Amino acid sequence: MTGMTGPGVETTEVGVASVLGSIHSWDLSTGVDGPGTRFVVFTQGCPLRCAYCHNPETWRMRDGQQVESADLVAEAAKYAPFIRSAGGGATVSGGEPLLQPRFTAALFHGFRALGLHTALDTSGYLGARAGDGLLAATDLVLLDVKSWDRALYRRLTGRDLHPTLAFARRLADRPQPVPVHLRFVLVPGLTDAAANVAGVARFAASLGNVERVDVLPFHKLGAAKYAALGIPFPLADTPAPTDRQVSAAREQFAAEGLAVF
Amino acid sequence: MTAISTQEQPGTAEASERDPWEGFTGTKWRKAIDVRDFIQANYTPYTGDGSFLAGPTARTTALWARLTAMFPVERKLGIYDVDVHTPAAITAHAPGYIDRDNELIVGLQTDAPLKRAIMPNGGWRMVASGLAAYGIDADPRIAEIYTKYRKTHNDGVFDAYTPQILAARRAGVITGLPDAYGRGRIIGDYRRVALYGVDRLIAAKREERAELDALWADDQTIRLREELAEQIRALGELKQMAASYGFDISGPAATAREAIQWLYFGFLAAVKEQNGAAMSLGRVSTFLDVYLARDLAAGRLDESTAQELIDDFVIKLRIVRFLRTPEYDELFSGDPTWVTETIGGTGRDGRPLVTRTSFRFLQTLYNLGSAPEPNLTVLWSSRLPVGFKDFCAKVSIDTSAIQYESDELTRRHTGDDTAIACCVSAMRVGKQMQFFGARVNLAKALLYAINGGRDEISGAVVAPGLEPIADEYLEYDKLDVALDKVLDWLAETYVHALNVIHYMHDKYAYERIEMALHDRDVERTLACGIAGLAVAADSLSAVKHARVRVLRDESGLATDFETTGDFPAYGNNDERADAIAVDLVDRFMTKIRRYPAYRGARHTQSVLTITSNVVYGHKTGNTPDGRRAGVAFSPGANPMNGRDRHGLVAAALSVAKLPYDYAQDGISLTATIVPSGLGREPGERVANLAGILDGYFASGGYHMNVNVLDRAVLEDAMEHPERYPQLTIRVSGYAVNFVRLSRKQQLDVISRTFHEAP
Repeated sequence: MTGMTGPGVETTEVGVASVLGSIHSWDLSTGVDGPGTRFVVFTQGCPLRCAYCHNPETWRMRDGQQVESADLVAEAAKYAPFIRSAGGGATVSGGEPLLQPRFTAALFHGFRALGLHTALDTSGYLGARAGDGLLAATDLVLLDVKSWDRALYRRLTGRDLHPTLAFARRLADRPQPVPVHLRFVLVPGLTDAAANVAGVARFAASLGNVERVDVLPFHKLGAAKYAALGIPFPLADTPAPTDRQVSAAREQFAAEGLAVF
Repeated sequence: MTAISTQEQPGTAEASERDPWEGFTGTKWRKAIDVRDFIQANYTPYTGDGSFLAGPTARTTALWARLTAMFPVERKLGIYDVDVHTPAAITAHAPGYIDRDNELIVGLQTDAPLKRAIMPNGGWRMVASGLAAYGIDADPRIAEIYTKYRKTHNDGVFDAYTPQILAARRAGVITGLPDAYGRGRIIGDYRRVALYGVDRLIAAKREERAELDALWADDQTIRLREELAEQIRALGELKQMAASYGFDISGPAATAREAIQWLYFGFLAAVKEQNGAAMSLGRVSTFLDVYLARDLAAGRLDESTAQELIDDFVIKLRIVRFLRTPEYDELFSGDPTWVTETIGGTGRDGRPLVTRTSFRFLQTLYNLGSAPEPNLTVLWSSRLPVGFKDFCAKVSIDTSAIQYESDELTRRHTGDDTAIACCVSAMRVGKQMQFFGARVNLAKALLYAINGGRDEISGAVVAPGLEPIADEYLEYDKLDVALDKVLDWLAETYVHALNVIHYMHDKYAYERIEMALHDRDVERTLACGIAGLAVAADSLSAVKHARVRVLRDESGLATDFETTGDFPAYGNNDERADAIAVDLVDRFMTKIRRYPAYRGARHTQSVLTITSNVVYGHKTGNTPDGRRAGVAFSPGANPMNGRDRHGLVAAALSVAKLPYDYAQDGISLTATIVPSGLGREPGERVANLAGILDGYFASGGYHMNVNVLDRAVLEDAMEHPERYPQLTIRVSGYAVNFVRLSRKQQLDVISRTFHEAP
């Protein structure tokens, strides 16, 4: 790393073999993919088809680029000293990371060796695929609980809610519970029914390891991507929620004693 | 009316009975002029947060409102008013006031606020064209004096320039030279006026002068004797000017109000005498805090009245004005004065130099609204107190008005009494001055390497004796060798021009009062600079990693390029491209050093453009990186607009690789972040921004301008400037009132990368 001053770190991955994976891209972000400044890997491929998804280009695994986990960790190593000073870590997001659990685990082990805090951004639908080794290397889970009403969940994502709830309980029940930041996307006329929000809020409060809830307002910044892919955007005519709708949802979470943003 | 009666009037019997140095400790600074020792012995570090701060008093708000009512007129006409009959000097103008009964700190450059002065010592043509630009006639009497009887800096420079220098200037491969405007980059140690009073300073200068009488009369000594005589004269004029405002500043200041007033008089004398591009203030906040803390402890001030004094001082700093030519405004848009105040940092002994007054200066951005001047500059290190770091981050998010420099690098190179001149150029206050040299056009130099020294726009031979590259496809090694020869010629021509400029500036427009507030024997640096670094680096990267085909006109002049394939761009933390940029910096610095500098100055260089990146881009043809002719360069050391594809952190890490050792006049990075790119909540955003600054400086970064705003805001401000009279953004190396930029410059700023959440 010519020219860089500050603490230098060598990428040593003693005992962790590199795993080939399919990714959409990697990037650096601050404050939106977990706490602080983070090196974020967006894996390619997702089993859900959420109506509001703003990254539809990450759905199909075959569209990704093949990379070795070791190469990604080497890239992250270029940012590790900065991130350690700034506060933050590394996040594996996507797409759905748990479609590639060995790849994700290898990334986490590599990031940990760089002294980086690790975060997993997942819907939890494939939670059963997260082995104990992966969870042991996970400092934080960003968990999308997209709805409480099961029929609504299926309509919204194409899949069942149950595995997400099971995964959430598993994280909470570990001898060392894994901290969770819960995400809930508020879509007017779809997910914003009081009972639906209340269900998620009560569930989150019951777990004990949900440190934070982010109510994310639905937006349509990804609409052009659907057009480019030649697929219809199901929520093209749905408006973004108003500030009042967002704060109402936030209050429901806060009423359960949760820290809401 | 209200606040003044609770403040102790300077010069009253009560004030003058007290020993002005009562309560101060330390011995070195009493025996010799040593402001740093005074600060180290007497200041109180503050490690808390900003909750103690006070808002503006009614008096402050009313006074500032008087001025803001004048700004729209000034913006519309270009200038508010000008005195065409009085050549500027320290004692040339009668006293002037904004609102005499309601000012706590007094003094204006002329006899009325926002009225500019003519400063013909720099050049008569500049004065005449500056006036003509506003449809104002010059005074023929004054014209006669400066064309018949008194030679100017501009005259002298053009007498000694060579045809080669003139050709380089015309072609735009060396641009923006201070041959038609004041060189600036000198920071008088204005604190000395407050600490010692003028009589003591005159006595010290007389001692320094006496030593010279014993030396043999060679050129250097004779010149220095004359300079000292002028300095002593200027100190006398400073006293006289202060007396015209009713103040006797022969002795030290006894109160905080006096300390600010004495210090301001020193600075005011400088801006009455000189119109340097950068007239920076120095590092005054921690110094003034000693006086404010003493008055607060004695019950002579409370937080509201302490803040009020700083507010009033800053109001004065915001209305410094100079008459400029339209060409100057193109280079330096928006009326910048670079009244740079250096805040915070850490001392050699490890104690933070952050005081409550560090906060008070930043608080003026809230009390008076945001503004680009004074150019508030924080020396940042992760070791600074958290309360201060968080406050700075909050101020950046709220105002985008602060810039940051590396406490670590500045302290290591220029010590813990470093102040920044202009935007990024560090020096030891009172012990060092800079010979400002603007910058050369590296991107055009690369084109000269391809064209054998012929300019790609005019076709004229500007750099003689060079062979063009005739190949259809550019080869990296061949281009590199050719570039090296161009850089040799460029470095020589550049240092040559700067030597002429600074010889003549010393001769015809000497900065008497500013240098009177320096030690006699100062270190001088020849402050060179480079522009277009990203364009040059990316172009070389294209040649190395992609395929670049040259398109030539009938005369064989390369005028365009066809680049196929991908290449890594500077600004993505990619060593393949970044190493090229680092090498260009190293290489040009090494070449400059080979050419002896006027007055034995030490060569330095900056990677900084101000708004001249637009001007340089305008004068440069198509480049191999794909940039089209006329398109603006990126500012300073920034990656080329839009080519930083992995966000702010990657871009910052690329810039952090540029070696400060080879660019000790400074390296400028301007970052624009959308608020949502820092997190979802205000508290998080503050912590995250502070974290980013920690990370950047820990990685070896030198400087960052931080803008936190939405592109939509800037677009709206372009269409509706009346809605955003005080919208301040940071461009390369300084802050500017956005609505005062030209449309072209505004578009350039908007085209810059806005780092968002991906």
